[in-house]
Amino acid sequence: MNRSALRAAFPATVPVMTGYFCLGFAYGLLMVSQGFSPIWPVLMSLVVFGGSIQFLAVTLLGSAFAPIPAFFLSLMVNARHIFYGLSMLEKYRATGGMQYALIPLLTDETFSVVSSTEPPEGVFHRAYWLWVSLLNYSYWVGATAVGALFGNFLRFDTTGMDFALTALFVVLFLEQWKVKENRFSGVTGIGCAALAVAVFGAENMVIPAMVMILAVLLGGRKRK
Amino acid sequence: MTALQMLLTVLALALGIQLTRWLPFWLFRKEPPAVVSYLGGVLPCATMGLLVVYCLKGVEFLAPPHGVPELMAIAVVAALHRWKGNVLLSIAGGTALYMALVQAVFA
Repeated sequence: MNRSALRAAFPATVPVMTGYFCLGFAYGLLMVSQGFSPIWPVLMSLVVFGGSIQFLAVTLLGSAFAPIPAFFLSLMVNARHIFYGLSMLEKYRATGGMQYALIPLLTDETFSVVSSTEPPEGVFHRAYWLWVSLLNYSYWVGATAVGALFGNFLRFDTTGMDFALTALFVVLFLEQWKVKENRFSGVTGIGCAALAVAVFGAENMVIPAMVMILAVLLGGRKRK
Repeated sequence: MTALQMLLTVLALALGIQLTRWLPFWLFRKEPPAVVSYLGGVLPCATMGLLVVYCLKGVEFLAPPHGVPELMAIAVVAALHRWKGNVLLSIAGGTALYMALVQAVFA
């Protein structure tokens, strides 16, 4: 938890800050405009910490009490996190007790940064990963609170600013692409995901895409 | 819903998402089998591709503006990144262009 790790982690998280600011802000504002007290969006961001499920749950929280379907919806929508755990399995486990802080904070954006960037020499991986995770978490919760409390006063058009997250994933994809051994995997990811959108539709693409990616990557392994 | 019911719903949502984050670590407590280590090495790049497509899944390519703002902005991100190799510059340039396109050009 030293300062050099924070200094290394902060620049890596600036794109996430931009994207989270827009989305977290929009989420806080949306919840308050639906009649919820600002406590609820902030609590959701603190406890759930997952963009897509939080937006989906806006209507859920306003309807009849149904915790079991809510649990399964959250499980399905976030199934892609399983890939992040599989990818970071050995690295996070090697951090010892710190894994208990790293694992619950493993979002799309945190995963993309920790899996595609390296801390500079002299900075421990685990300190770097922890700062990236904590910074991203604080951006999300902070942006939600600002949106919930002051959203109605903002006069700046942020339309399209959430593209920062798409751009982040594109850049980190390109960083991975530099390593020749990764290219088969990269083509597989884009191809299977695009096929899943075409066949199963935008709303149901995640799980079919994951199954196809696993099938192709496991098939590709045998071939070697 | 009462406040208590809302609180329970929040906890149910948190439980669902946390299960997806913890599951691999619970499934492979000891030394993971070779196939899992292999997946750990190859999945990040495939997953980044999946996330790019995931971000674009709502874009209507058949209706105007045919995904032009997204594709132009991604092309600029890639070109900037090839040219300067600076992560922040690539993302800022692409995002600024995208904002200009959706707010002014294709509004």
